[in-house]
Amino acid sequence: MAIQPPESRLWWKEPVAKVELIWVIVAFLWGLVMFFMMIYWHAAGKQNISSEAYRVDPASYQKKAEELAEKYKTGERAGIPIVKPPAGSDIYLIARLWQWWPIFELEKGKAYRLHISSLDWQHGFSLQPVNINLQVHPGYDFVQTITPKDKGEYTIVCNEYCGIGHHQMTGKIMVVD
Amino acid sequence: MATVSEFRICPTTGLKVHSAAEKLIKANAVVAVVFLAIGGLFGLMVALTRWQAVHLLPADWFYLALTAHGFDVLLAWIIFFEIAVLYFASAILLNCRLAAPKVAWAAFWLMLIGALVANVAVLQGGSSVMFTSYVPMKAAPHFYLGLILFAVGALLGVAVFFGTLVIAKEEKTYEGSLPLVTFGAVTAAIIAVYTIASGAIILIPTFLWSIGLVSHIDTLMYKLVWWGMGHSSQQINVSAHVAVWYAIAALVLGAKPISEKVSRLAFLFYILFLQLASAHHLLAEPGLSAEWKVFNTSYAMYLAVLGSMIHGMTVPGSIEAAQRARGFNNGLFQWLRKAPWGNPAFSGMFLSLVMFGFIGGISGVVLGTEQINVMMHNTLYVPGHFHGTVVAGTTLAFMAITYLLVPLIFRREVMFPKLAKIQPYLFGLGVLGISVFMMGAGTLGVARRHWDMNFADAALTFDYPPAAFLMMALNGLSAVMAATGGLIFIVVVVGSVLFGKKVEGKIDLTGGAAVAKYGSAGTLKIPGTAVLVAVFFTCFVLYYFVNWKYLSELWPLR
Amino acid sequence: MASPNKPGDDERVPFMQRLLDNPFLLLFLGVASPAVLYTIWGIMEIIQIPIAK
Repeated sequence: MAIQPPESRLWWKEPVAKVELIWVIVAFLWGLVMFFMMIYWHAAGKQNISSEAYRVDPASYQKKAEELAEKYKTGERAGIPIVKPPAGSDIYLIARLWQWWPIFELEKGKAYRLHISSLDWQHGFSLQPVNINLQVHPGYDFVQTITPKDKGEYTIVCNEYCGIGHHQMTGKIMVVD
Repeated sequence: MATVSEFRICPTTGLKVHSAAEKLIKANAVVAVVFLAIGGLFGLMVALTRWQAVHLLPADWFYLALTAHGFDVLLAWIIFFEIAVLYFASAILLNCRLAAPKVAWAAFWLMLIGALVANVAVLQGGSSVMFTSYVPMKAAPHFYLGLILFAVGALLGVAVFFGTLVIAKEEKTYEGSLPLVTFGAVTAAIIAVYTIASGAIILIPTFLWSIGLVSHIDTLMYKLVWWGMGHSSQQINVSAHVAVWYAIAALVLGAKPISEKVSRLAFLFYILFLQLASAHHLLAEPGLSAEWKVFNTSYAMYLAVLGSMIHGMTVPGSIEAAQRARGFNNGLFQWLRKAPWGNPAFSGMFLSLVMFGFIGGISGVVLGTEQINVMMHNTLYVPGHFHGTVVAGTTLAFMAITYLLVPLIFRREVMFPKLAKIQPYLFGLGVLGISVFMMGAGTLGVARRHWDMNFADAALTFDYPPAAFLMMALNGLSAVMAATGGLIFIVVVVGSVLFGKKVEGKIDLTGGAAVAKYGSAGTLKIPGTAVLVAVFFTCFVLYYFVNWKYLSELWPLR
Repeated sequence: MASPNKPGDDERVPFMQRLLDNPFLLLFLGVASPAVLYTIWGIMEIIQIPIAK
């Protein structure tokens, strides 16, 4: 029994039943398939999170984001500027207690270098209903090249707990033709 | 050396039971169950708040309850019980005295005081920082202090376990190699050392930061090292509950491992690679390379998953072989139909095995796939997954073995046998619902740790799909069912320990003689188990690739 | 190794069995493996994150 020492002194030399051996081999090969699937997707897939990141001082990050917003502001919603930066450019999104700032208007099918950083605590960038989820740290500028596929209004929900106003922290990304 | 009078001979198993070890097992198990009750109650309140039509708690109490729920069940209940399992697997199974009972008591009190201090800090309201307490969100200093005391206590308990192994070997209280269950406990204890070391490395500076002695804690470093503790502690659970599966199969059915070599190798894969999966929590993080993520998230090419898949076959396989040796030889599944389904130790163990594999295991691998994680990170899919591992897997397995500890260690008969009989099913079904419905809501994008999925107070509103609300209602109902099962467990166990009829003499655990031999490996026949693992494998492959299909439809990211 | 030799049972214990029978060697391996592959490798990567221009 499993609660007693092995009966055989040299249990390592006991033969393994065929059915068990087959399962071990199948499970091992399946592990290799799953492992190489991730590597394959880096080569052939279109959805791979970039690891591009920079250390950044929150104040200077905020300045970059505000300069961009001022330059390309087209309107305002709920006190938050709506910003339409040129396609292909670097865009800077601020996460802070308890707001995503600003609201971006992006063109469908165009790639943007989306920078995300927090000015205070950690936040969670959760783009709905697309369901893209990224962690946002203060002091780190996280860069993703993102290509909106469909037009419409998308919401950024905060999905990293950030204090009592966490559930009020929403933002928007508008995708237009 | 211990004197003979410090031991009693267990009339059922013939094992020599050291009285100091027995007392410590009782103390740790009892405190564990108390924390399960408290933490479970907080969990029920969380689930009833997230059921939008009920929305029980106000926001501040919700975040407080969620923090307390995480600590009390994920750390306190499980680690206290694991310390009991370690003492059982060393002193009791090896016929040995427990090393340094005084140190073991110091460990017990440190853990208890630490857990109480952390609970007080949370209930005072200034430490609603969640179980993860990500910096720079700051809790009260005594929150971190409580965690540190708890961890130091647990480390002492693990040291007592290793000390007991040394004594048993020197005093030759067993012959040959360690029993497989004890080897599983060794695996758990090894992972515990890495877990607690990681915890100390990160929590001590964080404590100093909370009292103003350290000025800055890097948020990425914190997450990296913290998850060396946070995730690895769940890997202690996996190793411990797998050991418990083997123990219950042995005690209830007299099953013996179909191959010592293969089962121990599977544990070795755990020792070497299971802890790398701490990276599951850093897949959506800036700055860590794809190489680091792919290697670590896959436990070095899924070798630890291989370990789990091996146990997932060898445990039911050993049960099938034992049942067939007993004469339940008809067809593929007579052995399973004729299993002791009315014995809560067996039914709890088998439900734990099946749900850990199908729900917790498969979802964990999918969630931990580097690219697929982007669709699930921090959504309710994550708690959906780990309720499938930690609750359906670990908690149910620990409940199951408690039904054996009550007569064997507490020497009391289990009271309310009819309630005990249905308890694993009620709890198991409830947890199944909790897992599946939270995963469903997560797939629809619902955030975890979130008080209001209506966004009623948000400046910019948003509506999750109606199906998400249905999922959360079903999750609430499932939580009520699981809580009922949990309550029955606590009533039965506490009632039995306090008022149960004293057990004298031998107890009939197996309903028959233990099975000594299965015949040689060449003649081993376990076709039923082969069919079960084939079904499992098919589900695994299908679910895995379905998620890649979903991912391929996502907005391009690079 | 742990068990006294019975007559006709003095064959050497295989290496893998000796490894699996040695909890303290396993303890070393089980702490060193994640410490190097997960923690230290991870810390190196975090340290190397460049400063924003």
